[in-house]
Amino acid sequence: MDQSEISAPRPPVRVALFITCLADMFRPAVGFATVALLEQAGCEVVVPQGQTCCGQPQWNSGDRRGAQKLARAMITAFEQAEVDYVVAPSGSCIGMVKDWPQVFSDDAAWQQRATAIAEKSWELTSFLVDRLGWTQVQAHLEGIAAYHDSCTGKRKLGVAAQPRALLAGVAGLEVRDLSAPEECCGFGGTFCVKYGDISSRMVTDKAKDIIATGADTLLAGDVGCLLNMQGRLRRLGSPIKVRHVAEVLANMGDQPAIGEGE
Amino acid sequence: MQQSTSHLFHDNVRHAVNDDNLRVSLETMKTGFRFKRLAAIDRLPEFEDLREEGKALKDHVLAHLDLYLEAFEKKVIEQGGMVHWCANAAEAQQVVLDICRSVGARTVTKGKSMISEEIGLNDYLEKNGVQPIETDLGEYIIQLRHEAPSHIIAPAIHVRKEMVADAFRATHTHRPADRDLSEPRSLLDEAREELRDKFLAADVGITGANMLIAETGTSVIVTNEGNGDLTQLLPKVHVVLASLEKVVPTLNDASTVLRLLARSATGQEASTYVTFSSGPRRADDLDGPEQYHVILLDNGRSKMLGSEFQDMLRCIRCGACMNHCPVYGAIGGHAYGWVYPGPMGSVLTPALIGIENAAPLPNASTLCGRCESVCPMKIPLPRMLRAWREQEFERHLTPPRAVWALKVHTALASRLRLYRWATRLGAWALRIWGGRRGSFDHIPFAQDWTDSRTMAAPQYGRTFMDLYANRPNAHITNKER
Repeated sequence: MDQSEISAPRPPVRVALFITCLADMFRPAVGFATVALLEQAGCEVVVPQGQTCCGQPQWNSGDRRGAQKLARAMITAFEQAEVDYVVAPSGSCIGMVKDWPQVFSDDAAWQQRATAIAEKSWELTSFLVDRLGWTQVQAHLEGIAAYHDSCTGKRKLGVAAQPRALLAGVAGLEVRDLSAPEECCGFGGTFCVKYGDISSRMVTDKAKDIIATGADTLLAGDVGCLLNMQGRLRRLGSPIKVRHVAEVLANMGDQPAIGEGE
Repeated sequence: MQQSTSHLFHDNVRHAVNDDNLRVSLETMKTGFRFKRLAAIDRLPEFEDLREEGKALKDHVLAHLDLYLEAFEKKVIEQGGMVHWCANAAEAQQVVLDICRSVGARTVTKGKSMISEEIGLNDYLEKNGVQPIETDLGEYIIQLRHEAPSHIIAPAIHVRKEMVADAFRATHTHRPADRDLSEPRSLLDEAREELRDKFLAADVGITGANMLIAETGTSVIVTNEGNGDLTQLLPKVHVVLASLEKVVPTLNDASTVLRLLARSATGQEASTYVTFSSGPRRADDLDGPEQYHVILLDNGRSKMLGSEFQDMLRCIRCGACMNHCPVYGAIGGHAYGWVYPGPMGSVLTPALIGIENAAPLPNASTLCGRCESVCPMKIPLPRMLRAWREQEFERHLTPPRAVWALKVHTALASRLRLYRWATRLGAWALRIWGGRRGSFDHIPFAQDWTDSRTMAAPQYGRTFMDLYANRPNAHITNKER
């Protein structure tokens, strides 16, 4: 055999899964779907045990010290994982990671470490499409899905076309846009409990928009927004099933949807 | 200064979300303003470049504000006008009253001015025997209803046409009681007829200023009704109310701002009237006021220079942030409790009346970022909302319950073994409690959520971390020690 035809095997891209606290507790399927998709795309996936919460509740409440405390633990965990990238199934949490350098604006040493992690952190769908150029989705789901763009993912990270490009590979699925896709669903982390009545008005408008699409499934890329919209849809008596986009892309769309019993 | 109820934000909100009339008005506003702006921007390919240009222009002005204000003053004086530097609302009120008294004024007509609202001018003039008459239709309506504006460019956006008819019937009692006021046109005609005589009788005309031009000593107003022109041309005296940051260097710069302003505000390429005033009537002028006064109001703005809130001074008051804000869209302008509502208000109000008097405002946002994305001056509103939250946290203005919750969360999430144990227990217990339905209808201490939403139970009753660790090929780094 001609030796020149055998190229040296390229080491796989090593990715740390940032599970996010909401997916960890409320929707582990999103984590397994993310691992599956990354592996399908040829990545070596590791799960750093030291991760808890990115500190967004603290940061958005003005508690810089609290945010620093949590960010330091996360940064250390991801550094020790010795990975090429950090990927999370959430635009909101990656948006927070991108804020870590600002969180340490008064601490140059930690700011440098925060910046190094922030620069290699990606939201799942944009990592697959923009970084890896991977769209070979092998999944099947009969139905019509409405897609909700989460605010941080869309405005801060430019996530909008990527999940749609991936969903185009799901056999049997038609994807519809909302009439007001720019509108926030009203989750906003602690906002939804601090200003429950405003949040409730916002999610009511969003639910009506979702129902009006005629879809049987609602998809989005953030568990927080999904829990909010699912809760309102269910209270309004809507049968629409709510799932994280990763679940459908990983062909796990046959599991009970968010908020469904056995 | 105008009284504030910003500290009562929660009560204001409860009232607002249950107001059906308000909901209808806000729905109309959202579709109207948003689509018109989008269409106008689609017709102007260089809009993004123009935003950069506008931002750079304002940043330059703010870095040299003293120079441009002095240049403006010099030019105004050369042209026979006067400039009054006022540090606060009380000084500005006094100067306006002194001007009115110097000409024995009984009535003043007023063009739309947010500075007038900020300094609470109408109440002050009335108390001192001078009758102010608002001539912008929206302002006229809310003056009759004894209300504050609920939007910076559409002050009566919360008032439906039936409510306007009621206000007109209650005020214009000399007119036939059975007249038809069912159409906007008939309301407009009646307001116009009522205001005609007021324009002619007024002794002083007071307008705001969308800009002050240093190069030419000019004040600029944009209007759609022409009331501004009649207000400033017919009376003997024209008083311009402007805040410091309204100055731009040249006529060219004014043009940049105007191109951004109308498109961002109403989706127009230009407002119906753009009026430039440079001093009092000259010897060979056919008309115009005998006196021209400019009130330059600081009222807390100079303290924002050099602070983390300086970018807010780029604001050109187009209202795009509130037109696109989901929170404003849910509660309207009055709930914010002071002069400036919406995202720009939640940043500016604490700077002008003190964060201790407006603490809820910066928190009433999901930080969705839409305001910044539509702001013609690219003002980083979410960043500044967060900066206020940080000041509140440091000054112990954050509600104790929220501080306590954050402390507990930080303590938990920074102790890895405890966190794993707590999430494990939480997922297990909530799953059992949530039962077969998979979700909760009611959770004690979380009524703010469950009043309008169910809450999904955890999917499996076990955390991802535990489930993943049990996989034969699990690849876990830095395991628990």
